[in-house]
Amino acid sequence: MTAATAQALEVRGVSAALGGTEVLHGIDLAIAAARWTSIVGPNGAGKSTLLKVLAGLLAHGGELRLFGEPAAKLPARQRARRLSWLGQGVAGEGAADDLLVYDVAMLGRLPHQRWLAAPDEADRAAVERALRATQAWDWRERPLGQLSGGERQRVLLARALAVEAELLLMDEPLANLDPPHQADWMQTVRALVAAGRTVVSVLHELPMALAADELVVMDRGRVVHHGGSSDPATHAALEQVFDHRIRVHRVAEQWIALPR
Amino acid sequence: MPAGHLRRVVLFGLALLVLGAALLLLGLGIGSTGFESFLSARHDPVALQIVWDIRLPRTLGAWLAGALLGLAGAVAQGLFRNPLADPFLLGSASGASLGVALALLFFGGSAASAQWVVRLGLTGAAFLGSMAAVMLTLLLARGVQQTLRLLLAGVIVGVVLGAMKDLITIASADILQAIQGFTLGNTGLVGWSACAVMALACALCLLLAWALAPVLDGLALGEATARSLGLPLGAMRAALVVVLALATGAAVAQTGLIAFVGLAAPHLVRSVVKTTHARLIVLSAAMGGLLLMAADLLARWLIAPQELPVGVLTAVLGGSYLLWLMHRRTARGTAS
Repeated sequence: MTAATAQALEVRGVSAALGGTEVLHGIDLAIAAARWTSIVGPNGAGKSTLLKVLAGLLAHGGELRLFGEPAAKLPARQRARRLSWLGQGVAGEGAADDLLVYDVAMLGRLPHQRWLAAPDEADRAAVERALRATQAWDWRERPLGQLSGGERQRVLLARALAVEAELLLMDEPLANLDPPHQADWMQTVRALVAAGRTVVSVLHELPMALAADELVVMDRGRVVHHGGSSDPATHAALEQVFDHRIRVHRVAEQWIALPR
Repeated sequence: MPAGHLRRVVLFGLALLVLGAALLLLGLGIGSTGFESFLSARHDPVALQIVWDIRLPRTLGAWLAGALLGLAGAVAQGLFRNPLADPFLLGSASGASLGVALALLFFGGSAASAQWVVRLGLTGAAFLGSMAAVMLTLLLARGVQQTLRLLLAGVIVGVVLGAMKDLITIASADILQAIQGFTLGNTGLVGWSACAVMALACALCLLLAWALAPVLDGLALGEATARSLGLPLGAMRAALVVVLALATGAAVAQTGLIAFVGLAAPHLVRSVVKTTHARLIVLSAAMGGLLLMAADLLARWLIAPQELPVGVLTAVLGGSYLLWLMHRRTARGTAS
């Protein structure tokens, strides 16, 4: 990376606490624009917390820069248009059960709409694109509560895609998805990156994570390694944070991680 | 919103309004002097007065109070992300009745007074009381994140403020009777001035709630998601609590404690059509109005020429509905 603007996200000395306990300790990280970066690491490594900090959703110490500018300078609405965040887990513990799939996806357009203005043609087109990308378009008139876990996840994914932000942060986007839809997701991410968007995902599925351009390996609240996904040093770091209980192999032109 | 769905929502809303209008006409004919007053109202001034000054404002008032409660219920359920939240669960009702008791104690007057100033003053007192109670509940629960904490805090605030109200009424015999009708929930004393106050509050609350409804949709996906959409959650939540307190306060000040309408109305709406909060709120208001109006008619008609306090009726009907809902939820829970 030569120019500073090629970084979509930059953090310096970032720390964050959950319930009074510090879970991120002095993180320095730069996420390249127009690349797909996956954050991996064992349970409790601080991956989701880091993603929340990057999305500006969690109070933190240290410096956070978005698109080359201090994050605090960016008004909330403007940030919401340029950065889309997908949280993990079933949304709102069932509170969204009575919302229609279409209306859920349309929430992703909220940052683009004038308050109380009806959705315009661009909004409807974006929602349709997003719902089609996750193959959820056919259920658009069904309430979220009638869908299975995997189906819900595809709707929530569509909600995050509908923002059409230049930066997408996704926490466990593949939760509950079956293999064909995991493959669809990867295709969508590839298309986004090819179109110049930046994608950061927290992934537990190591073979999927290894398909990313870059890997951020985390352990106990620190970034222990950041490098290309086919870099042997990255593989070594990965094996190390998982206590050498996994091993990275090359199979059929892809990197995969298998338990040993 | 897909077009076919929008049509369903509009049709449902219209059906609620038409049914409400039909019940309103029916309400003009029910009372101790019977249907004759309605028929002879054109040439008999006494009959006209009965229909115009008693039955019409009362029936309309029941609709307005129900609408306020239905709206408040929909807002409460969205705000607290809990389908079983009731506008009264946060102590607002006890707060409102304490406010009314205090107002009566300090400024005199009667809950039945038809004077504009008194009605507006009582609404103000009820509003301040319900607002203070909701704030106290939120303070005790340290925000709205933990639903269980919130509901417990609401119960505690409700009980303590209720006890304080009881203390005041016992100390002052004049208030006792005035507050009695109030606690039972009564639409019998609603006149034109009360209707005007409720109509004003209803219009204001509907407008505000409609404008803030997208926040509730966002919140349904979780607080972090709502914030990631750039919504100024703090200010909007506070505004919604104000709407909640104003709607409950206005209804409670005029008609007393009417149970379950706020809880049941949004549920009934959702069982017919699933939609965004903006539409849910408007439909819940129409449904709440219809429910309370129907309950009011029943209360007048069941043991005519005597009548039941409508609050007792809604408590019995609403309680049964809640029981059925609970049973259905558990049945579904064990089935899946």
